[in-house]
Parts: sequence; structure tokens; C-alpha cells
Amino acid sequence: MSKALEIKGLRKVYDNGFEALKGIDLSVEEGDFFALLGPNGAGKSTTIGIICSLVKKTAGSVNVFGHSIDSELALAKKEIGVVPQEFNFSNFETVWDIVVNQAGYYGLSRDIAAQRAEQYLRQLDLWDKRNVASRMLSGGMKRRLMIARALVHEPRLLILDEPTAGVDIELRRSMWAFLKDINRRGTTIILTTHYLEEAESLCRNIAIIDSGEIAENTAMKTLLKQLHRETFILDSKDPLPEDIALDGFDTQQTDEQMLEVAIDKGASLNSLFAALSARGIEVTSMRNKANRLEELFVALLDKK
Amino acid sequence: MTAREQWIAFATIVRKEIRRFLRIWMQTLLPPAITMSLYFVIFGALIGSRIGEMGGFSYMEFVVPGLIMMSVITNAYSNVVSSFFGAKFQRFVEEILVSPMSNNTVLWGYVLGGVARGLLVGLIVTLLSLFFTRLHIQHTLVTVAIVLMTSVMFSLAGFINAVYANNFDDVSIVPVFVLTPLTYLGGVFYSIDMLPEFWANVSRLNPMLYIVNAFRYGVLGVSDVDVGTAFAMVAVFTLLAYGYCMHLLNSGKRLRQ
Repeated sequence: MSKALEIKGLRKVYDNGFEALKGIDLSVEEGDFFALLGPNGAGKSTTIGIICSLVKKTAGSVNVFGHSIDSELALAKKEIGVVPQEFNFSNFETVWDIVVNQAGYYGLSRDIAAQRAEQYLRQLDLWDKRNVASRMLSGGMKRRLMIARALVHEPRLLILDEPTAGVDIELRRSMWAFLKDINRRGTTIILTTHYLEEAESLCRNIAIIDSGEIAENTAMKTLLKQLHRETFILDSKDPLPEDIALDGFDTQQTDEQMLEVAIDKGASLNSLFAALSARGIEVTSMRNKANRLEELFVALLDKK
Repeated sequence: MTAREQWIAFATIVRKEIRRFLRIWMQTLLPPAITMSLYFVIFGALIGSRIGEMGGFSYMEFVVPGLIMMSVITNAYSNVVSSFFGAKFQRFVEEILVSPMSNNTVLWGYVLGGVARGLLVGLIVTLLSLFFTRLHIQHTLVTVAIVLMTSVMFSLAGFINAVYANNFDDVSIVPVFVLTPLTYLGGVFYSIDMLPEFWANVSRLNPMLYIVNAFRYGVLGVSDVDVGTAFAMVAVFTLLAYGYCMHLLNSGKRLRQ
């Protein structure tokens, strides 16, 4: 399988001397759904900016489907669709014009541009808004508009920088379904997100970047296997006693009737329930605390 | 990108630029029409009738070419500077920067947008001037060539201004504090033959003098300066401005971090 993206020794030092990337290596296979995670200021947006040629690199190489951004920039750009973190379209243009013009910038004829614009605006539930000025759209609609715009030239690599920031849960899930669908049909996707649940549910491979360095780069499943403990949230029928400490368990009371218990992975839950019963606590419901990736993420960054 | 794809990208920018200034015609087309009509009324009809002839023409006939050229210069420049700076300010310049079109395509797309507005405003002002005087164009080729070259030159200059501008004040500084005074002092309202020798020589350092006079030569057949020099100067400035625009785009200066 060919590489959709190959980054080697990528460095970026901004004019003010800040070293945003310290020589990172990263590789994304064609067809992958890849998560690029990291705290604020870690270097995610700089990496994306360099791939899309909005940021000039200091050193290193970037290849998109084998096209170097140094020697074959136009070919590399053709393969990429980007959805940035910040809204970056004209407030005065209509939804239709924004998408059709973007197709034009990639050399697509007006007929094809119109066909594709209709297709993606319908798929992203923006068709009814096609003649509306973009400033009149809601935040969620603006995000979807940027996705439609990024897809109109049908790139093989779609890069989404925080695509669901500020989007309500229902819409976020419909966007997930849409992204899963286009990935299934062959588009390689690189996603940065603060919603770790989003990365866990969508992505097969993951890289965690921190302070301009790659802290982890592996398959999502492999990463999740590193998790040794799980946290459960228990709801009690009655208010919990003041001193709720259970021998052998790491507990934390989060509410009058709610208890969080951290348990080693694979440990028996029977002993937990036995301990709870012994204290006269009746559990009415139990769930896994969201989310597992978050715990790993924090652990990885702490380790550094 | 193939040549056809580059052409489509170029046409997309030009169409977008023309639609932009037509959409906001109250800000782009109407003000120069009103301002120039006032110039025609005040300087041409009211004051001009007392001034008498200048260079063998009525004062109205004399000022019209300069006023048309002033409109072309200001509007070609303003269109590119405000449009490209607006794209930078709202960050939708990124739509263009991430696309595979060449820097030449980007530049000429914006320049042609500026030329289109400059010419349209020039046409509107010309039509308005016909309410006040008659225009018999003496040298059509010179008239068309100088107006085209000038609008290209000032569109390129507007692009440079837009790249360097950090805020909306920076966008208006050059038109207000440089272009307008230089045009006023560039022989729009008078012949430099009327000036004392010292000031006439100082005026010869003003590039607007050559542009205004070349256009006046095309329309009226008279000029204070050598028309060949005017063309050569506009050509040199255009090439320099083009080279600098391409340097800015190729280096990504102030456009890419």
C-alpha cells in the first residue's frame, strides 16, 4: 500500500525563534483514518500548515502520495483537501459561490464544479442554504461548508483540523458518519481533535505530538492495549456514606449518589460489588467513564 | 495543472473579482461617478468658463482626460488593494494559497479584476463627461494603450500594498496620501507650461504627469511631455511592479508563515 503522507525530519522555527516542530517523522498509509493529537501549541496546526503550504518549513521533507512539496507542489496540493480550525471563507459570498469557486481554483470546469457542489452540499445538508451568505450560517453549518469546500475537487487526502469544535453532539455524530463513509470509499483522512472520543471512535492509527515531537505513533488498538486501568462510574440508590473508601479500590465520590472506581484491567468486578454490598450500598447503574483514550493521552504526556 | 486548468482558475478569480465590485456598486461605482460629476460642474462649467482656454481647448475639454485617468488609477488600485487585503483579513486568501494554481494565475486574476473596475469607472466618467463637453479622440491606439497599461500598473501596485497592509488604514494611506495628491499635481487641472521653471521641473519628477499627459495626447492630441517617454516609464514601472509582486508570491512573504 502506498503512503498518502510521508514526513521526515520536519522542523519549523518561527521568526520569533519558537521551535514549533523539532524534526518529526510521520507516515500515513493510503486509506487510513489517522488521528493527530496533542495539547494546544503542540505543533499539530503547524504540521498541517506545512503540508498545505500555508506555513514554510525550516527543514525536512513532506511527500503527499509521492509528490514532494518542494519539487512537485502543485501535484501535492491537488491531492489535498483541508478543513482548517478557523473559519476562512468570505462572509459576503454565498455558500454556493464559495464551493464552486474553490472548484475553479483547482481547474474544474463550471459544469463539474456545479455537479460536485450540489452533491456535497446535499450530503452535508446545506443544499437549502446554497444561496445564503456564509455569515448567516450557524457554527455547525460553517464547519460543514468548509468540509464541502475541501471535498469539491475530490482530494485523496482530507485533513481536518478540529472539524467538530463547537458542534453539538447530534451534528457531530452525523459528521462522523459522513467522514467514515468517505473514508470507506477510499479517501485518506487525517484528523486533529480535542474530543478524544472522536479519535477513538473514528481513527485506526494515531500519533500524539507534544512540544514539537512525536510522543507516540501507533495503531489505535495497540495504544488502547497499553491502558492498564479502567474507571467506572456507579450510581447508588441512596446517598453514599461520608467515608466511602473501599479496601483495595481507588475510589472517588463525585456526587452525593455517584462514585468513581478505578480498577486494574482484567480484575474481577465481583469483589468490588461484594465490598459495596458489605457497606450497604445498592448500585442502580454502572458505566465506563469516557474515555479511555483520554486517560492514555494524559499518561503519555505526563510521562514526558 | 494543465494550461486549461490554469485558465479556469484565472477566470474564476476574475469572475469573482468583477462580481465583488458589481455587488458593492454603491461603494465602488457610484462614488467616483458623483465625485467626477461635481468636478465637471465646478471646475469645468462654473470656474472653467471664467478661466478660458488652456492649450487651445476649453478648460472643460482640458480637464476631462485627466479626471478620467484619475478615476482609472484610483479605482484599479483600490480594487486590488481592498479585495486582496480583505481576503487576507478574513483569511480566505488561504483558499487560493492551498490550491495548485500558479502564482502568475493568482496575480493576473486579481490584476484583471482591478483593470476591469478601472476601465468600467473610466467609461462611466467618460459618459458623464459627455453631458458637459464633446470628446473627439485623436489617437485611439495611444488612448487605449495608455489606459490599459496604467490600470495594469496600478493594479499591480495595489497588490503590493495589500500584501504589506496590516489593517484597513494601510489600505487607504496610499490612495489618499500619495495617488490623489500626485494626480492633482500631475497636470490634471493645469498645463505645466503655466508654472515657473523650477516647479515645472519638479513636476517632471511626478510620474502621474506623464500618464495624464499621454492620455490627454490620445484624446486631445496635445501633451506637456514626450508621449514616448510616458509609455516607456509606464512600461518600466509595470515590469518592476510585476517582478516585485511575483517575488512576494514566490517567497510567501507576509502570506505564508
